[in-house]
Amino acid sequence: MTELAPQQFTVTRADLVRYAGASGDFNPIHWSDRVATSVGLPGVIAHGMLTLALAGRAVEQWAGGPDRIVEFGAKFTKPVVVPDDDDGVVVTVAGQVSAEGEGTRTISVKVTCDEVAVLGAMKAVVRA
Amino acid sequence: MPIDATLVGREFPPTAPYEVTQVKVREFAEAIGASHVDGVVPPTFPIVVAFAAMNDFLDDVQADLFRIVHGEQRFAYERPVRVGDVLTATLVVDSLRQIGGNDIIGTTSLITAADGAVVCRTKSTLIHRSEA
Repeated sequence: MTELAPQQFTVTRADLVRYAGASGDFNPIHWSDRVATSVGLPGVIAHGMLTLALAGRAVEQWAGGPDRIVEFGAKFTKPVVVPDDDDGVVVTVAGQVSAEGEGTRTISVKVTCDEVAVLGAMKAVVRA
Repeated sequence: MPIDATLVGREFPPTAPYEVTQVKVREFAEAIGASHVDGVVPPTFPIVVAFAAMNDFLDDVQADLFRIVHGEQRFAYERPVRVGDVLTATLVVDSLRQIGGNDIIGTTSLITAADGAVVCRTKSTLIHRSEA
């Protein structure tokens, strides 16, 4: 199994606002503590798709470009809680090549926040 | 209010055609902190079109967006999205189950280009949290 170079990304509240605008996902659980806590969340959480997009940046780099990605996805197993401060949270993306097929490689990806896995069953199939 | 189980298997009408522009791709790339290169579209960009289909679906079933948490998202690409593509998403409800009062909704959206060719298939699990 080939280990791939881990990558880290910081996510702040400002990033969530920007992602909401760019993606069209204006769910208030990603910008309002009041609404987030009213549905039982610990506070404002990052869009799962933003976390997945960050993991995608790592996969793109490992694969040599986004057009080499054939399949890609994950479960959003734990919310990434983003505090209302200037530091935000750090998301770490680690990967290893778990299988080599005909012209493709499968990369198993682990995405963590404070050493807790936030995405589950994440894998990417990329053209070798 | 639980979501109607008879929705399983239902296909929703295609979303309004969405033109992929350089400006929008740059905005999206910058929002995920990626250094933008002209002509390169991030792999999660098709969510913009898929999300429009999900919003139409949630409106139709009268689910409140703030009760929705994303459970899973997977993409399988036939080809990369390109600037200039005019895309539509057609959403099908694959499954519906209740766990602990929450609705777990499985959907697949087929994203097609103006010529009808499939660009990407994307599966999404949405969790509709109960009004506890």
